Amino acid sequence: MPVITLTINDELVSARSGQSILEACRDHDIQLPTLCYLDGLSARGGCRLCLVDVAGSPRLLPACTTEALENMVVTTHNEKIDRYRRMILELTFAERNHTCAVCVSNENCELQSLAAELGMDHVRYDYLNPELNLDTSHERYGVDHNRCLLCLRCVRVCDEVEGAHTWDVMGRGVESRVITDLNRPWGDSESCTDCGKCVEVCPTGALFDKGSSVAEMKKEASFLRRILDGREKRQWQR
Amino acid sequence: MNPTSLAEQAAQELQRQEQLKLRLFLCYSTPCVAAGAEPVKTALEELLAKQDLAADLEIVATGCMGPCSRGPLLRIKNADGEEQTFEKVTPEQAKEILLHSIANQPVETTALPADLPFFVRQTRIVLSNSGEIDPEKIEHGIARGSYSALAHVLHEMSAEEVCAEIKQSGLRGRGGGGYPTGLKWNLVRKSPAERKYVVANGDEGDPGAYMDRTIMESDPHRVLEGMAIAGYAVGAEQGYIYVRGEYPLAAARLVKAIKAAERRGLLGSRVLGSNFNFRIDLRIGAGAFVCGEETALMTSIMGRRGQPVPRPPYPAQSGLWGYPTLINNVESYANIAPIMQQGADWFAGFGTEKSKGTKVFALCGEVVNSGLIEVPMGISLRDIVFEIGGGLPDGGKFKAAQTGGPSGGCIPAEHLDTPVDYESLKELGSIMGSGGLIVMNESSCMPDVAKFFMGFCMEESCGKCVPCRVGTVEMYELLTRITDGSAMLNDLETLEQLCRLVQETSLCGLGMTAPNPVLNTLHYYRDEYLAHIQENNCPAGVCQLDQIPLLKLPEHAAELAVFKEEH
Repeated sequence: MPVITLTINDELVSARSGQSILEACRDHDIQLPTLCYLDGLSARGGCRLCLVDVAGSPRLLPACTTEALENMVVTTHNEKIDRYRRMILELTFAERNHTCAVCVSNENCELQSLAAELGMDHVRYDYLNPELNLDTSHERYGVDHNRCLLCLRCVRVCDEVEGAHTWDVMGRGVESRVITDLNRPWGDSESCTDCGKCVEVCPTGALFDKGSSVAEMKKEASFLRRILDGREKRQWQR
Repeated sequence: MNPTSLAEQAAQELQRQEQLKLRLFLCYSTPCVAAGAEPVKTALEELLAKQDLAADLEIVATGCMGPCSRGPLLRIKNADGEEQTFEKVTPEQAKEILLHSIANQPVETTALPADLPFFVRQTRIVLSNSGEIDPEKIEHGIARGSYSALAHVLHEMSAEEVCAEIKQSGLRGRGGGGYPTGLKWNLVRKSPAERKYVVANGDEGDPGAYMDRTIMESDPHRVLEGMAIAGYAVGAEQGYIYVRGEYPLAAARLVKAIKAAERRGLLGSRVLGSNFNFRIDLRIGAGAFVCGEETALMTSIMGRRGQPVPRPPYPAQSGLWGYPTLINNVESYANIAPIMQQGADWFAGFGTEKSKGTKVFALCGEVVNSGLIEVPMGISLRDIVFEIGGGLPDGGKFKAAQTGGPSGGCIPAEHLDTPVDYESLKELGSIMGSGGLIVMNESSCMPDVAKFFMGFCMEESCGKCVPCRVGTVEMYELLTRITDGSAMLNDLETLEQLCRLVQETSLCGLGMTAPNPVLNTLHYYRDEYLAHIQENNCPAGVCQLDQIPLLKLPEHAAELAVFKEEH
């Protein structure tokens, strides 16, 4: 497999041809914050947290969707990028309702830990507090739209890995919502296989196991890699 | 049909037209129809049938003639080639004009002066057939040279030569970006692939802009011809023309035009007797502004949710279904045939050093002659507004000209002499955009204008990326506070920082340019913003300013009913 060399944060690193900048970074233990990206799912470039500076590009580029190229010079952290990442998190917090203290995913939430990691300690913008509901019609799982980031991991895992395509999006802009089966209650869904992959990949408490209380909802997305390695590479491991 | 029979048909049609005693051109594009062109047409036709004049004269329902605010427009042309144009024509006036003209008597209704600056200051290349032909009759177009450029290209030129010619002409993308068209064509031509596509972007969504609609409605064959030439130049056999759903007339005329051209062998298999095949299909948008962005437009053509995808890869490398795709604006395609007909050097003779040719603008707002104009690049804004536009009505004072719609900005009076081209407008913090030009007088409040455009972007954001989805809402909230009196000085700072964030981190052009109207008005009209915040005063008298900042509530406690009751 052809190998390329690029510079990330003033260090020469090697990467496989065709890898994204994000994959190259992760291979070399360079930490980049991400929310919509998940190893095993198609890259989307929506959360804008993995934006990096690529020399010669007039704009910041999302590391997850940009292919690493020979001789590329990438900067993953500087004052401006870090500030932008905090501001994007602020916007994410302001959009819906992310009150950690009453959330099932408290202490097990990717949004929460990113905010702590990036030092986002206050929100300057108006909380939009949209009136959103909870759908607990499914026998085992529930969806709380107030906690949803619209990362669409659920939509992608359901379509790309499970093959059910139960989840989709309706509306546009700030009115976007994830929906099941043409906006019918999840419990009435005929396409849902009850596999629970969407719940496990959800970064926040938007999708949860019914019956879990505050801070009880622990998730584990690494199963995805196991399934995909088995499917694609015939490598089975526990 | 081959090139010879095309020329024969053109000659035949011209001869027929010359034998007519009188030709009546009635503008039948959307603005004039809205102003009442339909009853005028009916009245004329009835009179024609009653007086048995059909052999001697012809009523042509044309595309746009330009001065839309003066519609319905009627132009008569007699056998000697003399022309007269009448504005705001009623059915009665139309009958009078017809009867007197046919009897060679002077017409009582006053015609528009022939030397009206609105007409004489324009250079019509793209719109040369607009207002001269019936867009639903392909013979009219052929008589004025439609498809002759395609015939020439297919039989006399190689694909490389076509791209070189376009490159030499200096034509740049008319959708707003201004990317050199020849370069783009070459990129697609050189991309190795078994299949390629050509796409025309007719999803024009800027408020107040209707250039593309008019081109598609008034001269659809010119767009189709440009696309076919592009298909030949880049090696594509399939074209798509994407028309926004709000343009049913344009879509209907394009469908008719495609059918007519296919029937005559001007599109389809073995075009004009050559080995080149080219089909064009129509795709209708479903009302999303973001689908004007090229990657979102392509996902929409493919039948998916109309959302943009990150670039690179650019459409020239990987577009529709992963194949190299050439995507240009409708107006860009409309420039192709004249360039191939008259040569790159002729075209490059118009315009400025870096911006060649002409640009179509939809001139509207506070201006005497609003309508559609085509001017050479580099003309000053003053000439557009005060010469062609005839200045502001009722002695209004010019305040700003808004260009580029929700992605653009306002150009203040002190920059009225700036030449209108891609670079100069960018320097002023606005953009050429697709060509909307809104003139504003002193009664426009700039923070309010910025709020209007931000509201538009907020509604139209697709919701894929966070900065645009939430950022536009938060910017709108801040602008609402400024215009309702509840803003503090630090809100202005927050707003500016947010603008920079959204500009630099959004996924597609919609988000990247959404803050432009705010940043641009903050640059030129900062005092207006400050007057709102610090003096609680709207200089233009538009904003209510009936709210107070939350932090100042205690100072106003005495005025508030809820506190009064407690005391």
